[in-house]
Amino acid sequence: MIRVNDKFEIKWEQGMTVERLLEQLKFSFPLIIVSIDNVLVSRDEYATRLVPNGAQVKVLHMTAGG
Amino acid sequence: MSTTNIQAMKQAHKVLAEFTYEPGNVEKGYTGRTLYVNLSDNTIASKPVTQQMKDLFIGGRGFGLKLLWDGVTPDTQWDDPENEIVISSGPLGGTTGYPGAGKSLVVSLSPLTDCVMDSNVGGYYGPLLKFSGWDAIEVQGKADKDVIVFVDGDNGRVTIEEAPKEAVNSHVLGEQMAEMFAQSEKGKRAISSVSAGTGAEHARFGCLNFSWYDSRRGHMRYKQAGRGGIGTVFRDKKIKALVVKFSDMKGGLNNPADPKLLRQVGKKVNEEMHRLDPIQNDMAGVGTAHLVSIMNDYDLLPTHNFQYGSHPEAHKISADVYRQLYSPYRIQDGCWYGCTMACAKGIDDFTLRTGPYKGQVVGVDGPEYETIAGCGSNIGVFDPHWVAEFNFYCDTYGLDTISFGTGMAFVIECYEAGVLNQEITGGLELNFGNAEAAMELLHLTARGEGFGKIFGQGIRRMKKIFAEEYGGDPQFLQDIGMESKGLEFSEYVTKESLAMQGGYGLTLKGPQHDEAWLIFMDQVNNQIPTFEDKAEALHYYPMWRTWFGLNGLCKIIWNDVSPEDNALTDEPAKIPEHVDNYVKFYQAITGQDVTKEDLIFHSERVYNFQRVFNVRMGYGRRFNDAIPYRSVGPVTITEYESRAEQYDKQLCEKVGLDPEGKTTEEKLAALRRYREDQYEKLTDAVYKRRGWTLDGVPTLEKLQELGVDLPEVVEVVKPYLS
Repeated sequence: MIRVNDKFEIKWEQGMTVERLLEQLKFSFPLIIVSIDNVLVSRDEYATRLVPNGAQVKVLHMTAGG
Repeated sequence: MSTTNIQAMKQAHKVLAEFTYEPGNVEKGYTGRTLYVNLSDNTIASKPVTQQMKDLFIGGRGFGLKLLWDGVTPDTQWDDPENEIVISSGPLGGTTGYPGAGKSLVVSLSPLTDCVMDSNVGGYYGPLLKFSGWDAIEVQGKADKDVIVFVDGDNGRVTIEEAPKEAVNSHVLGEQMAEMFAQSEKGKRAISSVSAGTGAEHARFGCLNFSWYDSRRGHMRYKQAGRGGIGTVFRDKKIKALVVKFSDMKGGLNNPADPKLLRQVGKKVNEEMHRLDPIQNDMAGVGTAHLVSIMNDYDLLPTHNFQYGSHPEAHKISADVYRQLYSPYRIQDGCWYGCTMACAKGIDDFTLRTGPYKGQVVGVDGPEYETIAGCGSNIGVFDPHWVAEFNFYCDTYGLDTISFGTGMAFVIECYEAGVLNQEITGGLELNFGNAEAAMELLHLTARGEGFGKIFGQGIRRMKKIFAEEYGGDPQFLQDIGMESKGLEFSEYVTKESLAMQGGYGLTLKGPQHDEAWLIFMDQVNNQIPTFEDKAEALHYYPMWRTWFGLNGLCKIIWNDVSPEDNALTDEPAKIPEHVDNYVKFYQAITGQDVTKEDLIFHSERVYNFQRVFNVRMGYGRRFNDAIPYRSVGPVTITEYESRAEQYDKQLCEKVGLDPEGKTTEEKLAALRRYREDQYEKLTDAVYKRRGWTLDGVPTLEKLQELGVDLPEVVEVVKPYLS
């Protein structure tokens, strides 16, 4: 299980990338900051960086708004 | 528009009053005087801006509040002659070297809330007024017949003129004013007018249109001071237009204290905007329309009167669609000189399907996200052309698209629930998705006819009418009628964000996301889990966001683009580098050696003054900060069952109730008790953080700390302090 923002739980799957995790969560906001177990992941790694089972992931959305 | 017609209009003018003045200069963002106009006795006068006024109120909304406070009494109603409309830019307003520096702030007593209202707007009027010699214009009284007030900043002359022949609707009147007062086509850039429309004569949610000349398109364009019905006050005073002319527009007119610092920080911000906006929110490409699909993905897009947060057809009104309609793509569409975010998108060559201008080809200013959501998903309409048509007519009629959309959504749900029927609506089948019926109701509202007369009263008054005259269940109407303090909610679903419920309810003017936009921080990021965390956010963000309104600035520049290394900062949600930029911007213009904490202090002072002003007018206390249950949780069985798994989980984890075996009614009631209690606890925490009593009144200690414990202010709060 992956825990995101201490709030959301997503079932882990083999080979899960950051990009796949964001798709599962439907997190489509363009201005986000992702960290896995407190290590920042840069945007260009989302498609390749794997998310380990049991990881604590933070996906922070910048404020923005209408 | 024929020259002969314009000449005939001008010849029909009768000058009722004239005032001449020395143009003067702006020093460090201030002219040092405000213009007072009284339409009852045709007085025009200059009033000095004192040092105390600058120190305590800064400018913009602060000046508006101060002048309105002095002009009214606790008994003044919105349609009394004593009510004022005050328009002011702010010391940083009118800057061309920093993006988003052209806002005007408008303050008045509202026909919807019967209390103090402030609204911010782009367009050229406020900055051109300042460079014409005035930090603010204050209009009091009521004219006998329709007038314009013309500030000729080129010649130092102000006139009140009867204007019988001009149109009232803004898209026509704005062109007439430009044609009348400009010396040439190019000269129209020097003209800006403020106008409302025929809708503002018949509805309480009238808005103001602030114009500017788009030389690429060859016609006037408009931004709106939308919220709170100030357009209705405007037409009640029989003002057709406020017009300013200032031909010598150029950079540097604020005479900044430190022009070199201003150039440095402006250059840095503009360069960041050019580099990052295309790969972040693409504001220059699609404006705030980019939010539609995002809100839909996060279940936040108001759908069918805020019952739901998403819809399978939302893609039909998303940015991808509007990108094709806003043409050409990424053309610079700023609403003030020098703005590199330039997000005031519009649709050219739009053929109207309905109404008094049916068949005409017009330009549509927008639609912005709020209009797409309010006049689209919230009323079940997923046709981008209908949304554009609602946008156009609301603007030209002088009606707020948010109050219109949220009000329409309420009326539709009432119709579908059987509270209303075709006999009441005059034959209109007001169902979700019936754009034609909603459009017909808009036209009726603008004419003050049929059911439009009732609709134009706004949700708060409709709740009472529907209960007393049509037998509607008052509790149901209260629950689903999305208004607070009398102002209709703007377009975000807040059921899963307690912080944003506070961001709508625990506000000064009503549920407009002006003060706070905390949904992602709270609901998605989970960054403010405790009441104290939420209270701290509901202190900082309203104070920070208020600051823009004191200075004539647009907030979007602060938060719709983000530096690449923002993630590495301690508090990325605050975008600290941008805050530092604004500190430098303020220092550069005013010469004051301020810190970011000082800027918050400026705002907190004005914020608390406005709260006391609300108390003075009979509001501003805890009872006034209540919100309808639809904004807190599911009202109906259908709503609950649409997200049953999510709500059942919450009942289990948060309320400690096993949903197994319970009826939906029982679960609805249990969830409601919990969530309503959460809002009360949040209210307690927020008032404590703000230094207010449990009834929401600023304490003497807080007012003293802020230096706004003026005798007239203390006199208001004393009866409420134990």
